[in-house]
Amino acid sequence: MPTRNFLLALFLAFAAGAVFADSPNLGQAISEADIKAWDISVLPDGSNLPPGSGSFALGARLYAEKCAGCHGPGGKGGVNNQLVGGEPLNSRIEATKTIGNFWQQATSVFDYIRRAMPWPNPRSLTDDEVYSLTAYLLAMNKIIAEQDVMNAQTLPKVRMPNRDGFIIRFPEKI
Amino acid sequence: MSNPSRQRSTPRFDSIPAAADNGLLDRREFLRGGVAVAAAMTGFVVARSASAEALTDAPWSQRAGGISSAVERRSRFEEKVVRTLSNPNGEPRTQHARTPHHLLNGTITPNSMHFTIVHNGTPDIDPDKHSLVIHGMVKRPLLFSLDALSRYPMESRMAFIECGGNSAPLFSPKPVKGGVQDLHGLVSCAEWTGVRLSTLLDEAGVDAKAKWLIAEGADMAAVSRSVPVAKAMDDALVALYQNGERLMPGNGYPMRLLLPGYEGNMSVKFLRRIKLIDQPAMTYYESRNYSPLLPSGKAYQFYFVQEVKSFITHPSPGLALQGQGLYEISGIAYSGNGRIARVMVSADGGRSWAQAALQEPVLSKAFTRFRAPWRWNGGPAILQSRAWDEAGNAQPLRAQFIAERGETKTVPSVNGFPNQHYNSITSWAIDSNGEVLHAYA
Repeated sequence: MPTRNFLLALFLAFAAGAVFADSPNLGQAISEADIKAWDISVLPDGSNLPPGSGSFALGARLYAEKCAGCHGPGGKGGVNNQLVGGEPLNSRIEATKTIGNFWQQATSVFDYIRRAMPWPNPRSLTDDEVYSLTAYLLAMNKIIAEQDVMNAQTLPKVRMPNRDGFIIRFPEKI
Repeated sequence: MSNPSRQRSTPRFDSIPAAADNGLLDRREFLRGGVAVAAAMTGFVVARSASAEALTDAPWSQRAGGISSAVERRSRFEEKVVRTLSNPNGEPRTQHARTPHHLLNGTITPNSMHFTIVHNGTPDIDPDKHSLVIHGMVKRPLLFSLDALSRYPMESRMAFIECGGNSAPLFSPKPVKGGVQDLHGLVSCAEWTGVRLSTLLDEAGVDAKAKWLIAEGADMAAVSRSVPVAKAMDDALVALYQNGERLMPGNGYPMRLLLPGYEGNMSVKFLRRIKLIDQPAMTYYESRNYSPLLPSGKAYQFYFVQEVKSFITHPSPGLALQGQGLYEISGIAYSGNGRIARVMVSADGGRSWAQAALQEPVLSKAFTRFRAPWRWNGGPAILQSRAWDEAGNAQPLRAQFIAERGETKTVPSVNGFPNQHYNSITSWAIDSNGEVLHAYA
């Protein structure tokens, strides 16, 4: 049986952020500043969106140049996914899921473009360019106006049309 | 000296009592039948009664064999056992390689046959230059090299990994022409060895307000998923070994997340970053691909669990029956909710059912092989299997499943993903020639 003093010592050790005594502790300490280049995840509340901003006009130009080859002119789909428009979701269980008819969070658009696009040169766009493509795709889906500027303040406030279209499958698992 | 009390006469197949209609035999009587019956069933050819010819030595028995190679290769006669590729030329889209379940047996998928899906090619990672960082809502961010992780206490466990889109062509209103590899080739099972993620998270000191983590890979598109911290603390591994050897490149070399029982995409490969957060990130794959649409137009979100499922691998399309007589029906059952409790098989499209034998060991969130003896009388038959797990979940019958989840308007491609998370029944129809076809019943 652990003594009261032992438990107290253990509590103090935890409270001080001390390392686990019975664990290998072979991780190297690293600062968030040194993780920054990898820390590209954006959260729905806008956490971790970078500075900068973007507009429809630049987005349209970039889209035609870097995206239309796979996703079709105006996001209508090509060898890869349709991004704009889309049928009503209750029309068939295989309905095409687009940013306009399906995606729940506007921040996901920024996150995915910055992380994975354009093929095969992801993370080659500046943050302003990613904001611009996000603004273009949201405007093409008539979710924002063409003159709306997207940045770390405006993007998380964009309300997506299908925001309430989801049922959490197993709430007890979360 | 034989013990007369233990002596048995060779059982006759026709003396084994029926367990269900259309030729399903009682598995217990069958197992009691012993070696003679088992021998008669080896392979997928019926034992013939015609006498064999006199034996002679084959050429390979008369000379020395080949030189051992440092890495063993399979027999040249097994070259037909391959995964099928959806994108063999590496076009700018996802690549799928499907497991040939009809050409394998047992419960362990060989590493060369484990299914893989890569969304942006398989990266060629130098393990000495790869590291895993844990940060975000933690007391101290930590960076782990592969060498460092290799010094941690390890754990081995069997686990299936299944793509959330496996079996999706079965949402079709008409049976898609395809075999078990086409329809169910995106699930495999291996022994994974690695470090408990909870050990690493404890060392980093997770903030009590962190309910989720982002797991991210080192591939070109930095594939990322949100995972509940509850799952990470429960049974998640940072896996370093697959069936005893280092992970295969397509399975995440040099390290991957392993979330037993959860949809495969969440077991992020090439794992390089874990960030503790207070809300799901709504990454691309949870926003779009793995949120299955329902007939109402609403979609299930955070489905996560690969629910109880089974399918017959032998016989199945491509493995034609070679004449009337005795066969073993065999297949795979698994559940993301625990162990398989029971598997029933039918030879008459679900009208009558017989209990299959489960091959031990029956492990949680891993493949369980089931077997049932069956005598084909040469007439039409529809083979089905249905599994139950220890949590009491039953694999849904097709009518019940379609009533809830719907079916597609048009017949999808056999490689298509019209929806996700199909775990209902698969039916194989046998025609009078012994050919096996995908069917509905």
